[in-house]
Amino acid sequence: MPDWLTSDEWRAVNLSLLVSFWASVLSLPCGIAAAYVLARFDFWGKQLLNGIVHLPLILPPVVTGYLLLLTFGRRGPVGAFLEQSFGLVFAFRWTGAALAAAVMAFPLMVRAIRLAIEAVDPKLEQAAGTLGASRPWVFLTVTLPLILPGVIAGFILAFAKAMGEFGATITFVASIPGQTQTLPSAIYAFLQVPGGDAQAMRLVLISIAIAMLALLLSEWLGRRVARRIAGT
Amino acid sequence: MTLAVSLRHGFAGFTLDVEFAAPAGLTALFGHSGSGKTTVINAVAGLLAPDAGRIAVDDLVLLDRARRIALPPHRRRLGYVFQDARLFPHLTVRQNLLYGRWFAPRGPGAALADVVEMLGIGALLQRRPGGLSGGEKQRVAIGRALLSKPRLLLMDEPLAALDEERKAEILPYLERLRDETSVPILYVSHSVAEVARLATTLVVMEAGRVQRIGPAREVLSDPGAVPALGPREAGSVLRARLVGQDADGLTRLETSAGMLLLPKVDLPLGAELRVRIAAQDVIVARQRPEGISALNILPAEVVALHLGSGPGAVVQLRAGGELILARLTRRSAEALALAPGLPVFAVLKSVAVAQSDVGGAITGPELLLHS
Repeated sequence: MPDWLTSDEWRAVNLSLLVSFWASVLSLPCGIAAAYVLARFDFWGKQLLNGIVHLPLILPPVVTGYLLLLTFGRRGPVGAFLEQSFGLVFAFRWTGAALAAAVMAFPLMVRAIRLAIEAVDPKLEQAAGTLGASRPWVFLTVTLPLILPGVIAGFILAFAKAMGEFGATITFVASIPGQTQTLPSAIYAFLQVPGGDAQAMRLVLISIAIAMLALLLSEWLGRRVARRIAGT
Repeated sequence: MTLAVSLRHGFAGFTLDVEFAAPAGLTALFGHSGSGKTTVINAVAGLLAPDAGRIAVDDLVLLDRARRIALPPHRRRLGYVFQDARLFPHLTVRQNLLYGRWFAPRGPGAALADVVEMLGIGALLQRRPGGLSGGEKQRVAIGRALLSKPRLLLMDEPLAALDEERKAEILPYLERLRDETSVPILYVSHSVAEVARLATTLVVMEAGRVQRIGPAREVLSDPGAVPALGPREAGSVLRARLVGQDADGLTRLETSAGMLLLPKVDLPLGAELRVRIAAQDVIVARQRPEGISALNILPAEVVALHLGSGPGAVVQLRAGGELILARLTRRSAEALALAPGLPVFAVLKSVAVAQSDVGGAITGPELLLHS
C-alpha cells in the first residue's frame, strides 16, 4: 500500500479494479454472442432482445440497481436459487458490485462489438463456408479475427464504465468499506463528511489516471490489430 | 464426374426453370445479365435455396427439395471462385491457400507446390491480400478453391472485374486448370470470347431458361443460337494443328476445313489450337474471289440459313468437317440466292487462336490475328 493513501482509499481502488475486471471479463462472451445474434440473424423478438440489452443504458441506474436487488437479492427468486444451489451470494458483496457493473456496461460492450461485426462483409463468411468451414468455424477463423479491434474496444469501454458505475451499485450492494465500496462510492462517501475533500480529490485523480490509461491502451491495441487485419 | 442440375425458382416477375447436365471439362453457363446464371451457380453452391429442384454430383445428392435434402454449403465441397476474389484480409496468401485444407477430408488432392507453380503465385505466398493486384487476387482465389479438394469448381465470372490485360494474364491459367486437373468446372460468363476459348460444354441461358446446350463447338456454330449469343459476338470454333512456319513469318494451321495462314503463332510444330472465327468476320462469295487481299478463302457449302426479325441473317457453312457461321444482311442473302446445298467460298477477315482443350502446350494471351 502506498503511504500517500489511507487503507480505506487503497481498498476502494483495489476493489474497483477487481470488480471491473471480473465484470468485463465475464460479460465478454455474452457480449460477443448477443452482438453476433443481433448483427447476423433475423428472428421473431429481435427488437425485444435489443431493447432488453439496451435497457440499462436508458433506465435510471437506481432503478436497475433496485431491480437487481429484487431479483438477485437473498430473497429474490434468482438470488435465493443461486445461494441454495451454489452458495453464490450477490447482495452486499463485491460479487454483487461486479454484477451491477456488468449489467450497466453490457449495452456499451454489445454496441461496439455489433458495429464491428456489421462491418465484416458477410461474403467473406460465405466464402469460408464454400471452403468447408461450418458456421462455428467460420466465426472462429474469419469473423472473430476480423472483429478483434471492436472486441477490444468493447472490452475497454465496458471496463471503464464498470470503474465509474455508481447508482446501480450503491442501490444493490450499498457502500461498505472493504466490501462493496468502489471508487465512486468512496468519493461520494468522503464528500459527505467534513474535511473529506482531500481524500476525495486523491481518488478523483486516481480515477482520471486509470480512465486515461485504459483509453490509451485500447487505442494502441486497436491500432495494432487493425494494421494486422487490414491485409497489407 | 457429372453434375446434374434441375431447378425451378420464382423471383418477382421472373421464373427460373432450368435442367442440364455438366460432364467433365469446363461447362460454361452463358447468358446476358438477368438470365439467371448466377442464381443457378449459387443454388449449386448451396448459397440459395430454390423453390424446387434436384442437384447431384454423380450419386451424391446435394439438393432434393422433394426429399427434403439440402446439404449446407460447407458439406458440399464445391470450390467457389467469386467475381470479387473474397480473400481473407487477415491471412497471408499462403494461409488463404491452405484455409480449405483444414476442413477437407484426408486423402489425395492437389498439392500446394503444384497449385502454386501452376498459378504462378510463388512470389506472393508471404504477402497479404491487401497489397495484391486484381489479377493476382483472382489467381490466389482459384488456388484456394482448388486446394480445398473440391468435387467440382464453380466460377462466377472470375474475369469480369478485371481489365483486358489482367484477363489475358489469367486465361492461360484457366486453360491449364481445365486441361491439367480432373476437377470439372462450372463457369458462368457473359463473354462469348471467354466461352469460345474455354468451354468444352456450353449452356446458353435466356430469361431463366436453357436455350441451347451441347458441346461448345456445336452450339457456337449453331445459327439458331446467334440471337442469344449476340450477333456481334457469335462465331464458330475450329480445331487446328500447327503444321508449318513459312519463311515470310506466316504460320500454317491445318484444319479439316482447309489450310489457314496466320501471322506468326509462336508455338511448336504439331501444337493443337482452337481457332475462333467471328461470324461478322466472314464474307460469303459465290465464286472464288480474285484479286483480294484476304489470304484465307475456304470452299464451303451452305447448311442452313437463319433469318432474324431485323435486316440481318446468319448462314451456317460446312467446310470439311467444320461448321462456320457467317453474318450478313438479309438483302445479301437474297441477292446471292443462298440456300442449303449451295457451294460457296468463305473469306475470313480475321481469325483468333487460343490453346485447344485437347492440347498440352501453353500459349500466352489470346492472339487476335488479322490474316
